[in-house]
This record gives sequence, C-alpha cells and structure tokens, in this order.
Amino acid sequence: MGKNLYDKVFERHTVRELESGQFQVLVGLHLIHEVTSPQAFSMLRQSGLKLLYPERTFATCDHIIPTLDQSRPFADSVAEQMIAELEKNCKEFAITYFSHTDGEQGVVHVVGPEKGLTQPGMVICCGDSHTATHGAFGSIALGIGTSQVRDVLATQTLPMSKLKVRRILVNGRLKPGVFAKDVALYIINKLGVEGGVGYAYEYAGDVFDRFSMDERMTVCNMAIEGGARCGYINPDETTYQFLKGRRYAPRENFWQQAMAYWESVKSDPDAQYADRVTYQAEQIEPMVTWGINPGQSLGVNARLPELTEVPKNQRPLVEEALRYMNFKPGMPIKGQKIDVAFIGSCTNGRYSDFELVANLLQRGQYKVAPGVRALAVPGSQLVHRQLIERGLDRVFSEAGFELRNAGCSMCLAMNPDKLQGRELCASSSNRNFKGRQGSPEGRTLLMSPVMVAASAIAGEVADAREVFDLNT
Amino acid sequence: MSDLKRERISAKAVTVGGSDIDTDRIIPARYLKCVTFEGLGEHAFEDDRSQLKQSGALHPFDIHEFAQAQILFVCKNFGCGSSREHAPQALMRWNKGIRAIVGVSFAEIFFGNCLTLGIPCVTADEQSIKELACANRADPDLEFCVDLKQMKVFFAAREVAISMPESAREALITGRWDPTVELLKSKDHIAASAARLPYFRGWSSAT
Ligand code: SF4
Repeated sequence: MGKNLYDKVFERHTVRELESGQFQVLVGLHLIHEVTSPQAFSMLRQSGLKLLYPERTFATCDHIIPTLDQSRPFADSVAEQMIAELEKNCKEFAITYFSHTDGEQGVVHVVGPEKGLTQPGMVICCGDSHTATHGAFGSIALGIGTSQVRDVLATQTLPMSKLKVRRILVNGRLKPGVFAKDVALYIINKLGVEGGVGYAYEYAGDVFDRFSMDERMTVCNMAIEGGARCGYINPDETTYQFLKGRRYAPRENFWQQAMAYWESVKSDPDAQYADRVTYQAEQIEPMVTWGINPGQSLGVNARLPELTEVPKNQRPLVEEALRYMNFKPGMPIKGQKIDVAFIGSCTNGRYSDFELVANLLQRGQYKVAPGVRALAVPGSQLVHRQLIERGLDRVFSEAGFELRNAGCSMCLAMNPDKLQGRELCASSSNRNFKGRQGSPEGRTLLMSPVMVAASAIAGEVADAREVFDLNT
Repeated sequence: MSDLKRERISAKAVTVGGSDIDTDRIIPARYLKCVTFEGLGEHAFEDDRSQLKQSGALHPFDIHEFAQAQILFVCKNFGCGSSREHAPQALMRWNKGIRAIVGVSFAEIFFGNCLTLGIPCVTADEQSIKELACANRADPDLEFCVDLKQMKVFFAAREVAISMPESAREALITGRWDPTVELLKSKDHIAASAARLPYFRGWSSAT
C-alpha cells in the first residue's frame, strides 16, 4: 500500500519517538509575527536558551500594523511597543526580519510564499492558526501556541501526534462566478466546523489541479475553520512554476535536486486515507455566511434555515447566530444592506484577488454604493506595489474603494481598522466570529472578493454573477 | 535536572471560590496585546478584583494575609474559555507565584498549559475542597503540602486525597514536564535529521 504526502513528510521529519508516545518532529520553516512571539522570546531569555537554527526562522509584522499612517512611532503606543520588541528580538537572535521600512512586510502567510520560503515537503510552523495556508505547496503547515514557538526557537522541533488524513476530491468544473473561496466555504459547510478535528485534509481533483497557487492557498487557509489542523495539496507543475525565481527558491543548479525531493513526497496513487469524500464542482454556488461560524453559510440565492429544518441539537447555536446577526429564519441573504466591504487578509489578499476584482470593476465604471465604507487592503507590500505598477490602485480608488497599506487590517481588530457598533461587513477574510472585526456587536458575512465587490456596488448582499454579468 | 522534579509543594494557600472561572477572568483579554508575560502577575483576576473593591469587598488576591500564598484552591471547571497561556502565566507571576492548584475540576487546555509550566492541577472531591478552603480561610498562615508521590494534601495533621492523570503526575515527579528540556535531550538526533533533509540548509548552500 502506498503512502500519502502527510505520512511521507511526517516520517522524513521525525527525529525520534518520545516516551509520551508522541513523535519529536523537525520544523523546516518557522515563521513568526509580533503577537505570539514576544512571550516566547522572554521565556527563552529566562531559561538562558539560544536559537538552535536561527536561519530557519523568519519574521514579519502584520496584526497590529496600521494601514493608513505607518510612520514610526505608531500612534498606538502598545502597537509601537510590540513592533519594537519584534525588531529587538530579531536583532538579538539573528533572525531575518521582513520589515515595512524595507518594503518587505505583509501578512505572514502572504509573505512566506511570495518570497519562495514556503516549499513542498516541509514541516512549517507559525504561532498563528492560518499557517494552514502554506499547505497549498504540499507541506505540513501547522499553527502553534506560544510555548511551542519557544520550543521551535530553542530546539527546531515539536512533540506531535500523527493526524488522520481525509482526502477531499472536488471534481468537475466550477461555474462562472464561483471561486476558490466558495469551494472553501462549501467544504466547511458540508463537513462542519468540527468535522476536521483530528484530521489533515488532502485536497485533490480537477478543481484543485486547475487552481493557481493563490487559489490553492485560499482553500488551505480555511482548513483550520473546518477543524482540521492542516490542509494540503500535492505539488505539481503549477507549484514548481510559482516557485521558480523567487528569492529563497532553489537556484538553477539545485533545481533538479529540489524537484527530486518534491516529487518524492507526493501521495502515491495507491495511498491510504482514513476517510474520503467527493464533491461535484457544478454543485457549488457563490457562498455567503449568515451566522457566527464559517460553517453557517448558504448559496447567495438561498434562504436562511427555518428552525424546523435544523436538527434539534443544533438549534441553540442557530438561534444564537440569528439573534446576534439580527436575521430571521427563512429570510433571503441577498438584499441585506451592508455598511462595510473589506477585501484583504491571508485568505484573499493576494495580487490575483485584487486583479480579478479590478478587471471586473473596470468593465463597467462601477461605483461603491453611497454609505458603504469599502476597504481594499493588500496582503503584502509587494502586492501593493504590483497593484500600483499596473495601475490597478486607480481602478480601486475610482470605484470608491480605499486602497490601504498592507496588513491584517479588518480581518481582526488589533489595529485601527474596526467595525463600529452593529455594522454589517461583507468580508473576504476567514472568520465571522462574534466581535471578530473589532466591534463587540459587529457582524461579518464571509464571501469571495468578487462577491464583496458586487455587494459593495449594490450596497447590499448581491449575486456577483448578476452585478458583473458573469453568466457566460 | 532535579530542580524540575515536582514531588512536594509546601506553601501557604489562597482560596478563590466560584465555579466556571474562565481565562478572561483570570487575566482579562486586553492583556493579550502585550509583549511579555512578565508583569502579568499583578493583573491576575484584575476585573474581578476591581469590581469587588467597588462594592466594598476584597478579592482574596487583595487580602494582605494571603499575599504569601503559593497554592491555590479553586472550585469546578477552573480555567475554562480560551486557550490562552496568559492565564497560568499570570498566576505563576502573582506575588510569590502560584506553584500548585487544587480544585474540583479543571478545563482541559488550562490543565495542559499549567503542566507545560510545571504547575500541577490536582483534583479533590467537593467536600475535601471545602475542608481545605475552611482551614485556609481560618488561618492564612497555615502551611499546606501538596504531595504528588502520596497523592494527598497534608495540613495541620490532617489530609485529603487528590488525583491527577497518571501521565501528568509521572511527568511532574520525574521532572519531564518541561517540553523544551525533553526536546533538547536529542540535539544530535536533531542535527542528523536536519542533515538528511535536502532543503534544511537552504538550497543555495546545499552540496
Ligand atoms: S489576515 Fe487575519 S487570519 Fe490572516 S494572519 Fe492576519 S489576522 Fe490572522
């Protein structure tokens, strides 16, 4: 019987079996940001420990960075303290830091791949749950806690238990107006937000074969929202082409050697899986969440569930979501007035996300509806520069979007970009938890960037296929 | 590594009553936006403490007589809520530092976070917790001994039985609870594994 990628990469990185029955696993790439690393560094200092392989840790600043005025010191003194601490730690421990003064900063899960750091066949860790993103390259990529950040810094290893692997096939062709984000939301809707607990997800099939790396990252990013610790896609020509020429990717003379390694970790055709599910791409509609977890979603033209349709044990959660969102059972989601539109985050803040939206905006002189605050926030400074170079920044501003500087921005509220009061936000991010976007009563509707743009123009939740005439 | 062994913890104690005390109450969420766990100690139970103060009462953490305490008595489901490690970090940094917690039950993640820090969370039945709390409140100077070998708390010629999952107890009394120390034991293995991975040194410097 063959092996899947997860098993192969896990085995290649196993240092030894621990007495607890867990495995000590080597971490090939460690990414850090300002929120979850400072305490890990103080723990190191306290115990007098050094970094074992400082060259395998890379840092950037994303959560707390303001997206308007990035001049130092930051207006928020705590934010300033946090970035200063990160700079100090990187200096003291000889860690490469992608800073915003050098134009290299961005959301950690956007920066890693664009620098060519993220590669197939690695074990990748970061003190951030959306580390799952990097699985798009065929790696085991896991979010970890602060003590684990310390342990990776000090030992480059972690104790790990083996996960089961579920193979998720999506075959067929996506309909026009249906994007990677819709696939991600669809899978979570089908398998549930806890459906992935104890699993790694292997995504495969026609749809993923055709996806670009950006699209693959969007789906892997949200593996964690389905309860899986990580998600991955086997590397292929698309992966290799993406990597070629990037700063940390193998140079020409090592390319063959690298390819040999990457090919060797791919799932065997007869690999075993703990579970398999298959979906048909044609079934997937443009998705919108209506509740307070990413599994509470529906096709844009569907109606919210009636309470009688909901299994009894799930009713309290549905009722709680309806109350919080101020929605009624059975009502349509389309037509709900929105206050804010946000395009960005590590789910959908890459160049291709903005390019796609800009191309549509350009088609018809579309304008953001009066009263809607629309933010477009690049996932990295590189994405931002690319937008400017190609003149797409003007497309956004002419349509009424505010194009900001790179950062996590309104994905969560550790910087000045926040919802106010009970505002309703169409958002291309990944979490619609209560209060996630900065107001304790703020409300989030997750959807694809194109759907966010369509809703911004309509001033209400809209079907992008109608707004942009996508049905061909 | 004998200093890592957690066999017996003898110290004065403090009791915080009430069930379902979540991590937000142990350390309010605003302290997540911080750069170090140091200094968190003084903010332990901060909101509970100030609320009580406003109503003219005092939280046990504010009562001078308990300021020396290093053992904490709690009730049911202590440490529920978010997984943030800031909660045990705050407790171990409060005054002299909490070194052991005895309660009716603990939230699983909180228990695990404490274990990683070498803080045993042991359980006892409600009656025993009451007994401990009464003795503690009657005499703040009374010494308690949490004994993980005999699985008992000894105090004033009395004792109550405690329990804890065997794997956690084993890790504490043998001093193997610190994952960093465990992981560092195999530095040579780590180097060998790293050498076997073609990408680990960066492709450009590979041979
Ligand atoms: S963009 Fe959002 S999900 Fe991604 S790292 Fe930043 S805060 Fe986390």
